[in-house]
Amino acid sequence: MSAAFARVPELLAQHLLLAFAALLLGIAISLPLAVVSARHRGVARVTLGLASLIQTIPSLALLALFYPLLLSLSALVGGGIPALGFLPSLLALTLYALLPILRNAVTGLVTLDPAVREAADGVGMTRWQKLRLVEAPLVAPVVMAGIRTAAVWTIGAATLSTTVGQPSLGDLIFAGLQTQNWTLVLVGCLAAAALALAVDALLGLAEWGIARRRLGVVWLSLGLLAIGALAALAPAWPAPRGTVTIGAKGFSEQYILARVIGARLEAAGYRVRYREGLGSGVAYGALASNAIDVYVDYSGTIWTNQMRRTDVPGRAAIVRGVAAWAKRTSNVTLLGTLGFENAYAFVMRGDDARRRGIATIADLAQVSPSLKLATDIEFLERSEWKAVQAAYGLRFAEAHPYQPTFMYRALTSGAADVIPAFSSDGRIAAQGLAVLQDPKGAIPGYDAILLVAPSRAGDHHFQAALRPLIGAISVERMRQANYMVDRDTDKQSPDAAARWLAAHLGN
Amino acid sequence: MPDPLRSVAFEGVGKSYARGVRAVDDVSLTIAGGSFVALVGTSGSGKSTLLKMINRLVAPSEGRVTIDDVPVDAEPAHLLRRRIGYVFQNVGLFPHLSVGENVAVGLRLAGLRDRDARVAELLHLVDLPQDMAARMPDALSGGQRQRVGVARALATAPKLLLMDEPFGALDPVTRDALGKAIRTLHDSMGLTTVLVTHDMAEALLLADRILVMEAGRLVGDATPRTLLAGKGGAAADALVAVPREQAERLAALAR
Repeated sequence: MSAAFARVPELLAQHLLLAFAALLLGIAISLPLAVVSARHRGVARVTLGLASLIQTIPSLALLALFYPLLLSLSALVGGGIPALGFLPSLLALTLYALLPILRNAVTGLVTLDPAVREAADGVGMTRWQKLRLVEAPLVAPVVMAGIRTAAVWTIGAATLSTTVGQPSLGDLIFAGLQTQNWTLVLVGCLAAAALALAVDALLGLAEWGIARRRLGVVWLSLGLLAIGALAALAPAWPAPRGTVTIGAKGFSEQYILARVIGARLEAAGYRVRYREGLGSGVAYGALASNAIDVYVDYSGTIWTNQMRRTDVPGRAAIVRGVAAWAKRTSNVTLLGTLGFENAYAFVMRGDDARRRGIATIADLAQVSPSLKLATDIEFLERSEWKAVQAAYGLRFAEAHPYQPTFMYRALTSGAADVIPAFSSDGRIAAQGLAVLQDPKGAIPGYDAILLVAPSRAGDHHFQAALRPLIGAISVERMRQANYMVDRDTDKQSPDAAARWLAAHLGN
Repeated sequence: MPDPLRSVAFEGVGKSYARGVRAVDDVSLTIAGGSFVALVGTSGSGKSTLLKMINRLVAPSEGRVTIDDVPVDAEPAHLLRRRIGYVFQNVGLFPHLSVGENVAVGLRLAGLRDRDARVAELLHLVDLPQDMAARMPDALSGGQRQRVGVARALATAPKLLLMDEPFGALDPVTRDALGKAIRTLHDSMGLTTVLVTHDMAEALLLADRILVMEAGRLVGDATPRTLLAGKGGAAADALVAVPREQAERLAALAR
């Protein structure tokens, strides 16, 4: 637990830097835009319209949209533009910051007393002098109010940058949500809220100072903000050589395995940092573009999602196919399998399955039109689901996506009858759930595979540190470790589960 | 003998707006340096438009405006305006600047560093107490504000003063006092003053020469004495009739 809290200062600094950078960029773009917009009504319609339109896009979607956008842009200019991490987060948050500043500045400028403008012209001010000596000081309080709104929005939305691989206080929230560690969620939320309140208060002080013509107060508050930004900058200096970034998707097993990998690399002398809560589709792209150095994926996920294969050969063939494809298309190294499988498996409450006499997916298909399905967020969009539907003709009365944790809750509480669980999940055995067989082999194998970024392809020291993990984690051990984190009582942190798992490697 | 400095000339000047509105129509006229001229007319007669062509707040559609035989558009507008005092009805004091800073704004634009002495001099000139320099405009009465407006316009010692309904929003007592003050300043500083007003009584009492405008055209041009004698033309007579009749009624009441 304390290890998680230890990340707060680092994440707070990252969060502050990201939000500040977005806010400054937002100000730098929207103020000149506001000056032009205030002079030309046509321009104002376009700029304000666009800014409002951006605001209607959910912030999570806006962040996600920059990933393919930057990816194709990078491909267009021959690579080099990072599609994950700081850049997409910065761009999305900057767009978010535009509207309140732009709208307040334009409103302030167009509602300025015409007599004051006439006087400024009358005494012989140039356009620039009029802006600097009259318009700017008069609209400054209104603009400041817009900047405060933008600051609060940006700091709030920055928690979502976790999903595109930019560390922020959202790391705590997403990790806590996943592992049902509500303390962690609360710490993340409170830290983000405290940051927003503090920045808002300082900007409010500056606004007050501007309105009352107390320049000392203005400089004091802006100075404090600058000091905060500088302090946040300190740990963000370019990472020293030998720093490794370990990726993890947003569920307990991934958090645990990332820590197992991290511990080994630290022991091998590397400085380690984590990019956690990555979206399933984003993680492989992050690795291929060297945004992360190593992470664990599952053979079937790459097979169906990245390679778009619909055929289902044996487990070993899939792993071989993924290894060859990854090497060929993006120079990603498949170091090996960890030794366990985490396949999608249809699961029911044990007593319910026995009562209904259901043992296979084929049995399930007979009665499924009267049953309710609960899934994780992405399952209904995945090709595995389409393959299973095609093979067995599965149809359900209802299908609802949940966060994985709540998916189990839905099953045990009776809100759902069937869930696609992960076969390595500790809750299957612990909660007496029945795993349905897949006689037609519609679901591909999901061996956990260790993938290494192109930049580490020739790093033998790096690969040697990880090689002992190959084939060393049995599905029973993984289930146990997962259950330590996922269970409701005596919960352990992913760090603790990782230490336990590392002490129980199978070779 | 008219002063040759700061004479203003209009040569065939007109101003059309979109939708075919003629605000000013073919006005030719010379204002001698050192004179106090009142431009009188009803609302929409084009008198303000004509005035603003002198300091280029309005650009003429045709014709040209010269000051001392130099076209007003021979230099950038802001340089021209810095040499012309401008006072208008809404004053337009900068609300974020103190009275002193407002008065000194022209000096600041001119790059003068030591402005306090000049501000004190100007406040004295418009009969405002010295301690007012530190006040903010929103703490002033309407009359005080317009006095500050006049001080601001005179700060850079212009020889030409343009006034657009400067007393329009003031009560009659303040209006009268300020009018007298302006006339005194005009005489003592040797200004050329052009005053736009719709109040013929004010024009008659302050100006040396009265120009009457109607529908964008100049329809009357005479001294106050000539106008009162009924020799200024029909349009002028109509405007003079109002104060004349008021004066007669007041006189009758007093009897």
